[in-house]
Amino acid sequence: MAISFTLNGKSQSVDVSPDMPLLWVLRDTLNMTGTKFGCGMALCGACTVHINGEATRSCITPVSSVAGKKITTIEGLSADGSHPVQQAWMEEDVPQCGYCQSGQIMSAVALLSKKPNPTDADIDDAMSGNICRCGTYQRIRKAIHRAASMQAGKA
Amino acid sequence: MGNSSAVTRRDFLKTGAAGGAALVIGFHLSPLALADQAQDQEKKSINPLDAWVRITPDNRVTLILGKSEMGQGIMTALPMILAEELCVDWKQVSVEQAPTNPKIYQHGTGGSGSVAGSWLPLRRAGAAAREMLVAAAAQKWEVSPDTCEARDGQVVHGNPKRYLSYGELVQAAAKLPIPNLNTVPLKNSNDFTLVGHDTRRFEARDKTTGAAMFGIDSRVPGMLFAVVARCPVFGGELASFDVTKAKAVPGVRDVIPFKTSGRGASVSDGIAVLADNSWAAIQGRNALEVKWNEGPAAKESSAELHRAFLANAAKPGSVVRNEGHADAVLASSPKRIEAAYELPFAPHACMEPMNCTVHIRPDGAEAWVPTQAPQWAQAVIAEAAKLPPEKVTVHTTLMGGGFGRRYQADFVMEAAQVAKASGKPVMVLWTREDDMQHDFYRPASYHKMQGALDAQGNLAAWKHFQTSTSIAAKWNQDGREKPWEGEFGTGATIAYTTPNLRIEYTLAESSVPRAWWRSVEHSSSGFVVESFVDELAAAAGQDPLAFRLKLIGGDRKIPQFGEDKEPPLDTARLKGVLRLAASKGDWGKPLAKGMGRGIATFYSFNSYTAAVAEVSVKDNAVQLLRLVYAVDCGRPINPDGIRAQVESAAIYGLSAVLHDAITISGGRVEQSNFHDYQMPRIHETPKTEVHVVMSKEAPTGIGEPGLPVVAPAMCNAIYAATGKRIRRLPLRNEDLA
Repeated sequence: MAISFTLNGKSQSVDVSPDMPLLWVLRDTLNMTGTKFGCGMALCGACTVHINGEATRSCITPVSSVAGKKITTIEGLSADGSHPVQQAWMEEDVPQCGYCQSGQIMSAVALLSKKPNPTDADIDDAMSGNICRCGTYQRIRKAIHRAASMQAGKA
Repeated sequence: MGNSSAVTRRDFLKTGAAGGAALVIGFHLSPLALADQAQDQEKKSINPLDAWVRITPDNRVTLILGKSEMGQGIMTALPMILAEELCVDWKQVSVEQAPTNPKIYQHGTGGSGSVAGSWLPLRRAGAAAREMLVAAAAQKWEVSPDTCEARDGQVVHGNPKRYLSYGELVQAAAKLPIPNLNTVPLKNSNDFTLVGHDTRRFEARDKTTGAAMFGIDSRVPGMLFAVVARCPVFGGELASFDVTKAKAVPGVRDVIPFKTSGRGASVSDGIAVLADNSWAAIQGRNALEVKWNEGPAAKESSAELHRAFLANAAKPGSVVRNEGHADAVLASSPKRIEAAYELPFAPHACMEPMNCTVHIRPDGAEAWVPTQAPQWAQAVIAEAAKLPPEKVTVHTTLMGGGFGRRYQADFVMEAAQVAKASGKPVMVLWTREDDMQHDFYRPASYHKMQGALDAQGNLAAWKHFQTSTSIAAKWNQDGREKPWEGEFGTGATIAYTTPNLRIEYTLAESSVPRAWWRSVEHSSSGFVVESFVDELAAAAGQDPLAFRLKLIGGDRKIPQFGEDKEPPLDTARLKGVLRLAASKGDWGKPLAKGMGRGIATFYSFNSYTAAVAEVSVKDNAVQLLRLVYAVDCGRPINPDGIRAQVESAAIYGLSAVLHDAITISGGRVEQSNFHDYQMPRIHETPKTEVHVVMSKEAPTGIGEPGLPVVAPAMCNAIYAATGKRIRRLPLRNEDLA
């Protein structure tokens, strides 16, 4: 049974088991590997994507539940890394191993869309679902503040 | 780089076929080769080449990286060294991962040794290339090379100035003799424009756009995804299984039982479920009906191990080191302090679960492996495929964390066995549960510490008894005979002066696999030694910083115990980081009630680290608020990369204080995923400052040395805040009460 949704601005249809998590549809069916597998239980945030603008753990999201919805993945933020959050991430040289950073960035983008000028407490709330074993949290915090300033400057 | 495995010493310099001429420079990376180079040019030429620089006519410089990038920034630091000596614009430099060939490369990446081991060889390689390019320009202009200068990827001469780009010179340069690497002129370090300057990670962009390719992202046409059932009890074996339900899962293509054996094997039996996608493979594995013979390890537990520790500690251990008469002095000392410390098994918990993709064909094999040891992966696959290693192409991918876990080849063995049986390209993918429950853990250990203070507060005696599930004992017979080797680290080379020093050890048996965790034995030794020194300072009624400085005493160099080839501990540098951390960390300044400040220092991987921790303790809740580091790892290559590594080690170390514990029950790991095994999250992150000493000494390790001081600095701060000594990790509420 084909399931259709909008993926990074383009319509997409997949014919897979309806209970297959969106994570594996992205990674294995569509070969979009920017979204990562970390835990499979919505505990680490590595698989975070946006569904209708909300940061969502794709590893526990059955693909059937996203039919007709708009999905944005890390690949959809910008073609060239020019999104302000990606720019801020590079400016602060946030990534180390980098594996969790797609999820971190997607969570940060969702936060900034709701709170363009987040406090440290807002950042703690929004980002505490994303684990980084390399411990880049301090730079993540700085990068979010930087991205907020960049976006404010643009507006 | 397809023909790289054919390169020999005689091919030191050669002309590339495609894309015009390329200058290829080889060099050595092994520390042994380094030591030999000074006096033994002959021997050096016998050693295999290690890596290359390519310069193409469009003036791009490519460093072939023989080491593995796991987040530690080696893909940036090594090219920086080369680019510096080559005199090229950093923007011209790109990096390519080396093909796997242990005859040429010193691949293994660990022990915080990549920069230390590559510093001089890379400088020499870069300088040799530069000299050849200059010589080529001088020939062309018919002038003396001494009148030419290399600058930003060009050779410059005369007044008015004339220029030739490296790209224009490379064909001629490639035909010139190679300078002697021992005598090739190196840049004066005062002229460095790149080394010592903050430089952004080479692959930062790919790691913010999702383009970075980790092992788990490997995609090969026709590949299957495999998930493996393993006995949850270490050492268990397969009794029987039924594939009916697994094969009924849509997308499942095959079920393959296999065996792995030998050094590095994690399990003896596995059953792989192969499917069109990872999800189907996971579902298929869950549907498998398997019976295991759990074997004798099923009786093991953490509680039982703790009892074994206590029983061992009640008896004398094997004498590891003995100077003076510690036992006698302790027995008669009016001021004797004793404390016992305990640390649990700890998992690596890399964010990218273990995985490996292998395709074995009759005539050769190809593999995509996130590994710190591609040479071992190649050997393992060659053995499984019954092919010579040179027929096995191993692509080293980026790694979603390594921390020592990916020095193992257990996951490669599994993939090789399954791929061999399947004939198709197969990725063996571990789930988080697999990763958590089949790791090679940091050993669990128990330490009985005794110290004696004389009337002046000097250290009259120091005794350290340790019992642990040694790493060495896991791996081979030598390790069983000397299980303490690798269990103390620089904990056996304490800088605190004492005339009576005794170190003893007793092995605690365990079936739980052990290996190298970030900072290895220093993670335990640092906690134990630096906590106990703090206890001694308190017993002496002295300030913890002043007490340490007093016991370290004058400037001297202390040989590392049992490590003749490593440089000695330089007490001046150790005191230097202690004082710097203390000064930057506001040591001695008042704090609010409920807060405390603690200090610790440790020497590991030939680097000096000190940290001041500030904690608050409220209602038994501990928060690490601030961590101020001073680190001296010799000449900094990329200072911001060093800061990043220390910030990272801080959180890894914090993990060991707050959460890190793998516990055993019924011979199996009790934790399974990030709900019952917690890691620090952003709200637990301290404000971390890293002050890097701008040393001119040879560069030393930095991936791990930031870790050992975290637990003692933090626990000493808890003591300062509450008067409670934390002697076991992770933190437990009852220890604060």
